[in-house]
Amino acid sequence: MNIELKNIHKHFGRTHANKGINLNIPSGTIQGILGENGAGKSTLMKILSGFIQADPGSQIILDGKPVIIHSPADAIRFGVGMLHQDPLDFSPMRVLDNFLLGRSGGLFPNRTTVARDFKLLAEQFDFSLDPDNYVDSLTVGERQQLEIIRLLWLGARILILDEPTTGISASQKAKLFATLKKLAEQSMTIIFVSHKLEDVEHLCSQVVVLRDGELVGATRPPYITSKLVEMMFGKMITLGERQAAQAGDVVLSLNNISLEDVRLKIKNVNLDVRAGEVIGLAGMEGSGQGIFIRACAGLVRPVGGRVQLNGHDLTAKSYHKFKHAGVNFLPASRLEEGLVPGLSLTEHFVLAEEPKGVFIDRAAGQKLAEDRIRSFNIRGMPFSTVESLSGGNQQRAELALLQSPLSLVLLEHPTRGLDIESVIYIWGKLKERCKQGASIIFISSDLDEILQYSDRLLVFFSGNVSQPLDANATSVEELGQLIGGKGWTEMGGEHA
Amino acid sequence: MLKGRLGGFLFQLIALLFAFGFVSLILISVDASPMDAYKNMFTGSFGSMRKFAEVLVAFVPLLLVTAGLLVTFSSGLWNIGVEGQVVLGAIATTWVFRYFLESGLHPALVITLAILGGMLGGALWASFTGVLKVFGGVNEIFGGLGLNFVSTALTIYLIFGPWKRPGVASMSGTVPFPDEFSLPLLFDLRISLWALGIALIGIVAVYFILQGTYFGLRLKAVGKNFRAAYLLGIPTWQYSMYSFLICGALAGAAGAMQVAAVYHRLIPSISSGYGYLGLMVAMLINYRAVWAVPVALFFAALNIGSIQLPILMKLDSSLSGVLQGALVLFVLLAEGVRQKFVKKA
Repeated sequence: MNIELKNIHKHFGRTHANKGINLNIPSGTIQGILGENGAGKSTLMKILSGFIQADPGSQIILDGKPVIIHSPADAIRFGVGMLHQDPLDFSPMRVLDNFLLGRSGGLFPNRTTVARDFKLLAEQFDFSLDPDNYVDSLTVGERQQLEIIRLLWLGARILILDEPTTGISASQKAKLFATLKKLAEQSMTIIFVSHKLEDVEHLCSQVVVLRDGELVGATRPPYITSKLVEMMFGKMITLGERQAAQAGDVVLSLNNISLEDVRLKIKNVNLDVRAGEVIGLAGMEGSGQGIFIRACAGLVRPVGGRVQLNGHDLTAKSYHKFKHAGVNFLPASRLEEGLVPGLSLTEHFVLAEEPKGVFIDRAAGQKLAEDRIRSFNIRGMPFSTVESLSGGNQQRAELALLQSPLSLVLLEHPTRGLDIESVIYIWGKLKERCKQGASIIFISSDLDEILQYSDRLLVFFSGNVSQPLDANATSVEELGQLIGGKGWTEMGGEHA
Repeated sequence: MLKGRLGGFLFQLIALLFAFGFVSLILISVDASPMDAYKNMFTGSFGSMRKFAEVLVAFVPLLLVTAGLLVTFSSGLWNIGVEGQVVLGAIATTWVFRYFLESGLHPALVITLAILGGMLGGALWASFTGVLKVFGGVNEIFGGLGLNFVSTALTIYLIFGPWKRPGVASMSGTVPFPDEFSLPLLFDLRISLWALGIALIGIVAVYFILQGTYFGLRLKAVGKNFRAAYLLGIPTWQYSMYSFLICGALAGAAGAMQVAAVYHRLIPSISSGYGYLGLMVAMLINYRAVWAVPVALFFAALNIGSIQLPILMKLDSSLSGVLQGALVLFVLLAEGVRQKFVKKA
């Protein structure tokens, strides 16, 4: 099926997520869509698959006919099926029941014919799926296979895959790629959304790159990696002089740490962080940096290895023990995890302090709030509830909640979505902490921010962790390639 | 205008009118005069000193339950189990009375011990819901509801089993205690100023806990954002447990009052549904402790005022429940509508 996207715009409030995207995908193509987090890839795909509607004036044309897609059910009627990053299945149900869901018509499905169809499809692609198995016993890769044949069975002629190679094994990946190539030969249209350069280069017959909601480039094989990286991340912006780190005592010591979650395994990481040092964690979202920083906070328990803080062993201790020992963690989702909506700034500052007695001294609380609001330049009043503040001011409020003294500050995306002025202000405040002897570990998807503010950095890719790299000796391009999974073997040793 | 305090008040006034309008329609549909019904309810509750005393008798447990529920609501918990906590308070109080009846201890001491026992019993029962929630992952609504049924069964078992009247067990409850084991009543009325005092102390204490203490602030943080509260360093599950224990103790006190000041024995429906009614009051006042006294008094008056309706107008006394329910629904609805307007503006 031929796809034509014409002048696709999408606004979310003031955010312009898609800025007039035009794209033609002929039938039988495997179209790669590259871009960093927040570039607008997912928005575009959600528009095509009916999850959200584009702004008026945008046009979707399938096989020459303009269509309006109202819902995912609508999309599948037009032959558009989307495979999500987290397969949208119903875990406590059997494989066959999942297969049946989403099919219109018929109060009592004919299970025998359906089971036969299922078997035929599974055999065609060499998937070994037991229809009577429960979905929660499947691996991510198998759930993906289930989802693919379900969409095909429902009549999909266009298959959209969002980051499909995250969390699946190498053999499953090979099988997936073989399947996709076979489908393309049968003149299906495949859209492959990814940030993994290698996968895209290996699979796709043409590639477009999105950045900041715009389509910034299109290319065909042979692909030149450096060019793709440049298109994805744009040109380098310098943020002024870097500050050299002063080498202090070891604050945090990770000894052979291994971590696991449903998707990823991180093995044997060793790292010593010194007082005053800033460590940046780079990698596409979900590459393992999230559980790594949470392990440093005591929120995720390592499956192996030791964690030491200032020489004290904190392995397998609770988050509150870590906090007591001088570790503070500021999560990325401010209103979900960092702050308490409904409570005022004053109440937050009072909560973050050690209680003095039973009753709250209101005057002291008020004064504390006024001081913090002034010194952190928060635009808000002591009685303002946190949800009434803008994102930048919420971030400043979170920073103002940090205890004193501190040994280790852990930050997830400390400046995401903030204007450059706030970014510089926030890093100024953080560097003050470093001068007082605290170490900082932070996650960011902004490569310039990582290279600018960290002394050393770790790159994460599918659970692999690089050796600590000197931020001074690393370029945006090198970093971009590592994040995309290239150049790991030259670095020597997959696991740091 | 919608945003401010005045806007909220205006919407609640409209909700009140709608609730009365709705109930009036029901009354008209059964050929009864709404005005007569409301007048009878008013005189039935405030018409004489004796009637007003009855209102206060209902007000005491209702206020205690509401006070307790304000604590669990603040920590984000739906303590439906409050009804069973009232019952267990009453059972524990009865047990203490029975235990010390022949002991020769001073009655005042026995009464004090009995009330404390009731609070302990309520707290213990609430802790079951808490443990189920915190360690078993059982939603407090389901756990509480289940325990409510168990508490009713336990009451019946005690009345017809170990604590039955000599001779024949009866639905009228256990053997009443001697008069000296009752909280002192005012004149020949059924209200005890002691009970009233305890209820008022309860709500005032809760008000101060929630408004002015670190404990209350942490409780609110846990209720509004459990995850963020944990990350801010608050021991979250412990605070959930504390709030269950406090609510249970206050509900237990309500049960104790039912035994020590009203019935002087254990009867099958000892809680009279005040637990559920308290939930309605707590929802209606939406966390604001200052409103607990007037609203609980109003609800108690509705309950007492409707008792006369079957005799006077051939209407069922459950009309008060219809009115209370309608009131809660319309106030919640009005608040929802207001929020929508505020967001749009």
